[in-house]
Amino acid sequence: MHIERPRDLAEALAGFDSHPRATPLAGGTDLMVEVNLSHLRPETVVALRRVSELQTWDDRFVGAGVTYARLQAGPFPALAELARTVGSPQIRAAGTLGGNLGTASPAGDALPFLAALDAEVVVASHGGERTLRWDAFLVGPKRTALRPGELIVGVRLPDHIPARQAFGKVGVRQAMVIATVNCCVVRDEEGATRVAMGAVGPTVLRARAAEQLVSSTSRPSPSMLEEFQRLVSDEVVPITDHRATERYRRHAAGVLARRTLERCLAP
Amino acid sequence: MSETLVRRPPVRGGVGASVPRPDGVPKVTGRFEFLGDMHHEDMLWGATRRAWVPHARLVRVDVTPALAMPGVHAALTQDDVPGHRYQGQAVTDQPVLAEDEVRYWGEPVAIVAADDPETARRAAEAIVVEVEELDPLTDLDVALERGAVFRHVPVRRGDPDAHGEVVVEGTYVTATQDPAALGTEAGLAVPDGSGGIDLWGPTQWTHIDLKQLAACLALDPAQLRVQPCRLGGAFGSREDLSLQTHIGMLALRLGRPVKMVYDRHESFVGHVKRHGALMHYRHEADRDGTLVRVDARILLDGGPYQLTSNAVIANSTYFAVGPYRCDHVTVDGYALRTNNPPSGAMRGFGANQPCFAAEAQMDRLAAALGMDPLELRLRNALGQGDRLPTTGQLIEHPLPTDEVIRSVAAIPLPDPADDDDPLHLPGGTGMTTPRSRVVRGVGYAVGLKNLQFSEGFDDYAEARVELTADGAVVHTAAIEVGQGMVTIIEQIARSALGMSNVRVEFDHTGRIGSAGSTSASRQTQMAGNATLEAATAVREQALAAAGGDDLDDAGVWRDGALVASLTELTANGPLTHHVRYRHRPTDQPDADGQGELHVDFCVAAHRAVVDVDPDLGLVRVVEIAIGQDVGRALNPQQVHGQIEGGIAQGMAHAVMEEVLLDRGVIRNPTLTDYLLPTCLDAPHVEAALVEVPSPWGPFGAKGMAELPTMSATPAVAAAIRAATGLPLTRVPIRPEDIAVPDPPPDDPEPHPPEAGGR
Ligand SMILES: Cc1cc2nc3c(=O)[nH]c(=O)nc-3n(C[C@H](O)[C@H](O)[C@H](O)COP(=O)(O)OP(=O)(O)OC[C@H]3O[C@@H](n4cnc5c(N)ncnc54)[C@H](O)[C@@H]3O)c2cc1C
Repeated sequence: MHIERPRDLAEALAGFDSHPRATPLAGGTDLMVEVNLSHLRPETVVALRRVSELQTWDDRFVGAGVTYARLQAGPFPALAELARTVGSPQIRAAGTLGGNLGTASPAGDALPFLAALDAEVVVASHGGERTLRWDAFLVGPKRTALRPGELIVGVRLPDHIPARQAFGKVGVRQAMVIATVNCCVVRDEEGATRVAMGAVGPTVLRARAAEQLVSSTSRPSPSMLEEFQRLVSDEVVPITDHRATERYRRHAAGVLARRTLERCLAP
Repeated sequence: MSETLVRRPPVRGGVGASVPRPDGVPKVTGRFEFLGDMHHEDMLWGATRRAWVPHARLVRVDVTPALAMPGVHAALTQDDVPGHRYQGQAVTDQPVLAEDEVRYWGEPVAIVAADDPETARRAAEAIVVEVEELDPLTDLDVALERGAVFRHVPVRRGDPDAHGEVVVEGTYVTATQDPAALGTEAGLAVPDGSGGIDLWGPTQWTHIDLKQLAACLALDPAQLRVQPCRLGGAFGSREDLSLQTHIGMLALRLGRPVKMVYDRHESFVGHVKRHGALMHYRHEADRDGTLVRVDARILLDGGPYQLTSNAVIANSTYFAVGPYRCDHVTVDGYALRTNNPPSGAMRGFGANQPCFAAEAQMDRLAAALGMDPLELRLRNALGQGDRLPTTGQLIEHPLPTDEVIRSVAAIPLPDPADDDDPLHLPGGTGMTTPRSRVVRGVGYAVGLKNLQFSEGFDDYAEARVELTADGAVVHTAAIEVGQGMVTIIEQIARSALGMSNVRVEFDHTGRIGSAGSTSASRQTQMAGNATLEAATAVREQALAAAGGDDLDDAGVWRDGALVASLTELTANGPLTHHVRYRHRPTDQPDADGQGELHVDFCVAAHRAVVDVDPDLGLVRVVEIAIGQDVGRALNPQQVHGQIEGGIAQGMAHAVMEEVLLDRGVIRNPTLTDYLLPTCLDAPHVEAALVEVPSPWGPFGAKGMAELPTMSATPAVAAAIRAATGLPLTRVPIRPEDIAVPDPPPDDPEPHPPEAGGR
């Protein structure tokens, strides 16, 4: 196995010229699991830890190489909350935002935050940079719009980020568990609300009808919250797998979204 | 003997002291050399080719592609087994490598040895395995219908026509649980240059391994030294052979050391599991709560090979009622043959599954009688002088069922929680649950289990004590599996000798006879009693040799003066004594399952306090309290360690631990999806040790380490039932069972007995 250890983005991208099929490696907390399970045998690995551009976190730009440990200590409450739920301290010290996007698991815990904020994913290749909105980047379960030779540089968050935001995740353990449903809700002072749900569809998805219902009022009534919960349950498209049944996921999505919204509504 | 012991001041590090484990700090700091860390110059790496089908005819196995790879030294199949081609403890029905049929998902078909683990793994994958898939038998009712029975254990006691006034019935399911020891299977086989080998493998009983391995490898037992190993956990899963025969074959074939280590995925198919069970129960009682009759049918999923299923189903059957008096009992226990993963021993050994069902039944009965569940249990509590409800055996020794129940009930309940720290709420870090949505529940359960081997098994343990100028050494083949042999043997020897300078040497099979299995809660009493007798004899030899009245680390004393130093005492060689200790014999069951089948028993009572989020079905186990029968705690800290670990394992089976099976295929063979409790999931534990000395255990001790697991599971289930009002007849209880329970079948009863289903 050949390993490239670039120090900056240009060097990293140049690495792909000589090895077009090279595999990017960030924290390795997904990639090495695949290698250990013999699902993957990369010939060339581009190790990204030293690439300074990816480590940048500059206000609204969060570099792909920013770890959960850093996100946990950052200024955005929902991002910090979701980071706390990821794995164990060891995983949070190694695992990165870019890796979560690269894996594009339907249950990826960072993804609902990006979806709720309509974040953009910045990707670069030797040829230049392009920017894709989250839903153009995440195209299916474990599938992204990334082209060979392209790297995720980071995500760009919108200028306006509501202070009212919360993340919630249902799993069978108190910690270190893959989500059976996860959810991020953001709500601005006017009431505009965005609700992103994970692990209940091929990719993270937005519960648009539910969003619309509660966006028009400043104080949703209990019956409206009831309706909100029902709409979320209707909008998600979960499957039954070894982690949960479709019926439970649909139910839990509604409950979780409602409770996460209630956290945003709390004075 | 006991009089001299009483007169002397206690020695340092003797019984009753919380002697710390010497391997504790190295284990948690990463300096302990586990089995999988072993290394030998010039060693090769083994790997296993498995068939990933639950049931198939094996059409063709072609190892030539593997042999063609550079760095590959051997690729062997069942045809290459040098001796007997089947293994198994009681019945040798398990082919060393699949022969003409694949009977479970992941069954080994071929093995390879190569220069490095990666090459070995790729070579194993390169082996051509052609199969013709067959329909797997995975349903217990179907297995019973087809007569796929390893053993049927009937119990017929009392009057078949005796009936109680109040009847409750139920069907209960316990899913398959994996022991999930943190150390995966690993082993090393080293040829000795003269046709024999030294073999290190995951074991709980080297001499039973020796018997099977010598037969399969066609070696004289003297040519094979099965070595004690440094295990990363066992819980029963090391009672049956895993990779030992395979590395032995490769080492013998190549004349080179061969090491093998399973990865986690392989480990999930590489060791036995706790039997999944399907149980039907009917309890009948009089209005005053006296238990009159229990009828039960217990089906255990044995997987394709017998292994220890014969003994496991005996336990399920004989402990089907739990620690309660009852004169009219009918039980039919069946260990069934299926194409699910092989089942075998796991902490509690068959007593856990019926404990879950029978304790749920006791709660139902209490509800039907309008009685407090604890009062019902106390009213029927089994004790010394009573008869075991199933086998009719007289309980000769103390059995403090009443005391363990009262002592657990006396522990104050935890405060009603009021803080909003998500780590203290269901859902934990996921921040799913506000305090206002939490419902608290409390539940009790009581467990009963035998100690040692039963049903007429010739059960013994050997130990040898040697006294030299440097102090005393205890030799034993007992295996330390993490439970504490490493201190207990020394503590017993110290107290018996009156010396502190004692150490234990764990011997391979060539140096001492069998100590029996480190299982069945037996070693503290078995290897412990062998040590006690040998040490007492050595002390008596020393006193007699020097004409003294006391012994300590300096030597022999008379009237307060040293009369012989250890050097003088052992000038003509060490003083030694060798013991083969046997517990009193037990009977084989008669046709009705009656007889004195067991040596002794142990009980524990659990109280679980849970916080449930009924909307999401999430559960946090807040606290588990236990009243535990221990005879006498020889090492209180270790007793508490066993209690905490056992409770974590038992409570996890109630809320998360399940091998998910889909027509014989394991859906979650990883620690990502086979959920073990984290420290945030493990409850606070409060323990009350009930010390009623065993008349025959060393210094009054009883084996105790299985009980903490057993009734933890039903206690948690009972607490969740109390919080939710749901019948919850299956463990683990999944979030969907609480949040979106299946609608009960058309039945006017609010808690229909058949509601659990599968
Ligand atoms: C024990 C454990 C617990 C876990 N718990 C959680 C959890 O709770 N929630 C959760 O969401 N995930 C969890 N994960 C999964 C994993 O930690 C996360 O998905 C993490 O974000 C992956 O980041 P990484 O840096 O380790 O990625 P890597 O494993 O290095 O890479 C993942 C994928 O992304 C690609 N990639 C990485 N960086 C880039 C880049 N800059 N450009 C292009 N492609 C890139 C890689 O090629 C690879 O395909 C867990 C994993 C483990 C082992």
